[in-house]
Amino acid sequence: MVTKKTLSYKETLFEVEAPDIAAKAQAGQFIIVVPHEKGERIPLTICGYDTQKGTVSFAFHEVGKTTKELGCYNEGDCLLNVTGPLGNPSEIKKYGKVLCVGGSIMIAPIILQIKAMKEAGNHVTTVLGARIKEAMILEKEARELSDEVYVATDDGSYGYKGLDFLKELLEKEKFDRCVVMGPVVMMRDVSEITKPYGIPTIITLTPVMIDGMGMCGVCRVTVGGKMLFGCVDGPEFDGHLTDFEELIQRQRQMLPEERLSSLVWETSGGCKCGRNKA
Amino acid sequence: MRKQEPKVRAKNFKEVALGYTEEEALEEASRCLTCPKPQCVTGCPVGVPIPEFIKCIKEKKYAEGIATIKTKNALPAVCGRVCPQESQCQSKCVVGKMGDPISIGRLERFLADWERDNGFQLPPKPEPTGKKVAVIGAGPAGLTVAADLVKRGHEVTQFEALHVGGGVLSYGIPEFRLPKAIVQNEVNYVQKLGVELRLGNLIGRTHTIPELMKEGGYDAVFIGSGAGLPQFTGCPGENLGGVYSANEFLIRVNLMKAFAFPDYDTPIRIGKHVVVIGGGNVAMDCARCSMRLGAEVCLVYRRSRDELPARHEEIENAEEEGLVCKFLAAPLEFIGNERGWVKAMKCICMELTEPDARGRRGVKTIPGSEFTMDVDTVIIAIGQTPNPIIGRTTEGLVSDPKRGTICVDEVGKSSLDGVYAGGDVATGAATVISAMGAGKRAAQAMHEYLTNKK
Repeated sequence: MVTKKTLSYKETLFEVEAPDIAAKAQAGQFIIVVPHEKGERIPLTICGYDTQKGTVSFAFHEVGKTTKELGCYNEGDCLLNVTGPLGNPSEIKKYGKVLCVGGSIMIAPIILQIKAMKEAGNHVTTVLGARIKEAMILEKEARELSDEVYVATDDGSYGYKGLDFLKELLEKEKFDRCVVMGPVVMMRDVSEITKPYGIPTIITLTPVMIDGMGMCGVCRVTVGGKMLFGCVDGPEFDGHLTDFEELIQRQRQMLPEERLSSLVWETSGGCKCGRNKA
Repeated sequence: MRKQEPKVRAKNFKEVALGYTEEEALEEASRCLTCPKPQCVTGCPVGVPIPEFIKCIKEKKYAEGIATIKTKNALPAVCGRVCPQESQCQSKCVVGKMGDPISIGRLERFLADWERDNGFQLPPKPEPTGKKVAVIGAGPAGLTVAADLVKRGHEVTQFEALHVGGGVLSYGIPEFRLPKAIVQNEVNYVQKLGVELRLGNLIGRTHTIPELMKEGGYDAVFIGSGAGLPQFTGCPGENLGGVYSANEFLIRVNLMKAFAFPDYDTPIRIGKHVVVIGGGNVAMDCARCSMRLGAEVCLVYRRSRDELPARHEEIENAEEEGLVCKFLAAPLEFIGNERGWVKAMKCICMELTEPDARGRRGVKTIPGSEFTMDVDTVIIAIGQTPNPIIGRTTEGLVSDPKRGTICVDEVGKSSLDGVYAGGDVATGAATVISAMGAGKRAAQAMHEYLTNKK
């Protein structure tokens, strides 16, 4: 791990040395991280890469055991394994006016998306969403890169309250493409909002995965009535064709186990740095 | 051979078969007739010199015995455990015509285990040829090719997508049939021969085959990426919670050690009533893992017991451990509860049809024979196809559009010059030893190709 940047109380951005991945990484792809020998394989969307330095960066929100544990890693620490870049790269080209919507921790990878869309000559309008004001991340970076930026929070403590304002925005302006990266519920809501306006809406899924290369099938998702795999067919899908209800249910499959894992870890002292002691 | 008691072993993940003691091995070896024209060797896909290594056991020359096996087989501890010997070498054994054939697999295992306890002996280092080979996948086929080519003096780099080597030996075959420490040992042996193993490197994404050959300077490539893409039934409700592909289930349990959760971080959720759909070795492995995780397991197979494709020994082991089978039945629909978790499975009864021209019996449904089973976990073990990533990212590589397998000739040569393939990626899901056999043939062909290449 080369650099660690704290984005907010529970959100961290890491830059790791992985020259093979950095040389190939493109916006929209992800990596699989295995922290240590007993650890899980977790998929994380690529937030940036530097071919010269041979590094890639990824961000995470501390929810379960693995992400809390990762939050305790520091510069100079080593991960057991990082595999990538996985998944298909985003289709970046000149569309005209692009709406980039990033929510929660997925604001970090949408920055890379904004950058790529700008470089392709698009006019980019960015919407950043967070639960509360304190969880809003990378706003400055988004403002520097985008043509316009709107911010919203669930509780209205900062910017607009919720995403309803999007409807007004879509009434006023015509967009040629919408890219959404965020929690599943947010991607569903945005897809519902853009549908009546006929704006092609691309969502990025980070479903539960194990291998991330087409073997386990846990990341399967129904799109347009067909069973597809998040890892090899995605991670980007048409938001208007995705079966969100099924996706939300599948995301919750192992929730009790995840909570147990987290609890066991915390009550046994968490990590040595003491950040996550119960 | 001694085994753990069924009641005991059905609750742990320790190896079921305990292996021969020296006395047992000597007694078994003494039965071998050391035939001058050994038939057993003709039944071995990699041509292990069987009578020769058994003779070494008779003479207690164990180091020589294991070296004899390793002239042909780099993974004896694996083959001694998971090869279907009953339908290969042992089926041809002359002693077997009159009674029980020689337990060749158990003797092979005995020597491999002896070597593990007594230390490796590496063959002498070959003269370098200056040729570079990339081997994709560190499973049985890839390990065989890598070992064979490095022994012939080529520089070999092995690319493995997962974070550990071994391929299906690590993620697929359960600990109780093939302990992971043994797999790791075999992988280490291949590295000690001089093969460089690069983990977490998915060919097609991290590097493509054209990149390896153009920029990487590799003179030849072997694709041994296996058959990892799971097949599903297509029945409604298949995406409900609690419906696993065999791969997901086995990867969680074997590779990620979910049986030791929460000491290991990857969980597995398993209910009381598990149904496994399928009848091959993978289905047996899923069933037996489920029992060890505390479930009652029913295997649902659309043909009858006689057609079960799994190894007999594994079927017997599973039944001893408490497996219940429902033959001549197939799923129609999975029914979920209000939380999106599977709670029942609707099935239909099947009957076998008359044999066709090739003597193979088909199946057809019996109208009106639907029935419903209460289940809370379903594992679908009806086969795997090759992963599509390499095919999609390698221009000019011809594959079978239906099965997704890479098209190769009898020695493993693909449609691209210098690119070879073998094992499950070329044949569809098969056995460890047939993948190793394909690896052997490809290695020989690649060696000739490299030697003739300027």
